[in-house]
Amino acid sequence: MTRMSAEQRHRIRFVLNGEAIDRVCEPRMLLADFIRYEIGATGTHVGCEHGVCGACTVNIDGHPVRACLTLTLQVEGYEVRTVESLAGRDGRLGVLQSAFRRHHALQCGFCTAGILMSLDALFAREADADEADIRDALTGHLCRCTGYAPIVKAALEAAAELRGEINRETIDA
Amino acid sequence: MKPAAFDYVRAESVDEALDVLRNEGSDARIIAGGQSLMPMLNMRLAKPRILIDIMRLDELWKIEVKQGKVTIGAAVRQAELLEWLPLDRELKLLSLALPWTGHAQTRSRGTICGSIAHADPSAEMPLALLALGGEIVLRSARKRRRVVARDFFLGVMATDRRDDELIEAVEFPTADNGRCAFREVARRHGDFAIVACAAVKTEHGVRLAVGGVSDMPVAHEFSSLESGALDDALNAFAWDLNARDDFHATARYRRDLVRMIGRELIMEVTG
Repeated sequence: MTRMSAEQRHRIRFVLNGEAIDRVCEPRMLLADFIRYEIGATGTHVGCEHGVCGACTVNIDGHPVRACLTLTLQVEGYEVRTVESLAGRDGRLGVLQSAFRRHHALQCGFCTAGILMSLDALFAREADADEADIRDALTGHLCRCTGYAPIVKAALEAAAELRGEINRETIDA
Repeated sequence: MKPAAFDYVRAESVDEALDVLRNEGSDARIIAGGQSLMPMLNMRLAKPRILIDIMRLDELWKIEVKQGKVTIGAAVRQAELLEWLPLDRELKLLSLALPWTGHAQTRSRGTICGSIAHADPSAEMPLALLALGGEIVLRSARKRRRVVARDFFLGVMATDRRDDELIEAVEFPTADNGRCAFREVARRHGDFAIVACAAVKTEHGVRLAVGGVSDMPVAHEFSSLESGALDDALNAFAWDLNARDDFHATARYRRDLVRMIGRELIMEVTG
């Protein structure tokens, strides 16, 4: 039996954005805090800390998940992706991110990372996701700035681009 | 909002998890998907001394159709059940109710049995289990026992589970499975239900279960479906639920919803 004591830090290994992580943490360390404070990847935001606002949404083994409702020790051996994984290595914004920028789908930006991760997971599973699917995914997020309409527009356009129906040259023109 | 400190056990077998439960009693809590327990920990409404993670136990991952019922093990996540292809055929009520259980981002981790264990009065899984007349399979280091849903839910987040017991599985009967209906009113899809109703056709009429109104889901059998008598019975049922005013809705609005949705669902499953 592996009993990990509250007072000590314990070994944790998982893959974060393609990179192997091998660190230690206390049992009560939330995944959201581990990513921000231990790794220093501050793209993942922490809002309500009880699973309602969706700001901390990350991707675990292909599924969108609340990082504030996940203990770091629970992701041992799993593959975790955060918003940092969406941009290209050259720092160019990803398809979803640039659609958000074009459509002003963010204002203060606090909720954005979580929304991007949910939509990224949705489009990976359902390339043909329509407006209803997008709106359903968005029910798991709170945005107090945009009124959601530009987010839906950006998401629809990004989905079309990911399906190869439009390309960025024609959109930017 | 961070959890109070706790020891963490990554259980390697069910017996091991049960041993810890037997030794630690109410100081220990099982964590499965954690989508109900983690908010309680973060807000320090729950401060267990030890958490037992059961999600790596293959023996608890089971969806099995047998002898007129579907058995769902403790490690089955809500998203996994929703993606289980025979769900619509075998357990139509769950295919209707599951999309209302939290959001995609919580169903990806939350389990069916975890939702039953948490017993939130407005939760969909306890409601569906009650409406279908299902059973909870509890296991301790000493023995295994079964409890029917109507005896299991005792109050707000209170159940018949003893401190040394693990919910090993829940069993949903598939009888009259096609003749069922579900509807929910919430402020936002996926939020806690103001009123949630499930109706199932039975031998003698229709069983209507209501969540979000009383301290636990409540079911009632409607045998006379003649219009006037049904309205009276629905009205009496709505009052018996002892609805209360709260931040989200008034008691009167809840009674209205029970009468209105109740009638619609009963018509739907008998029509």
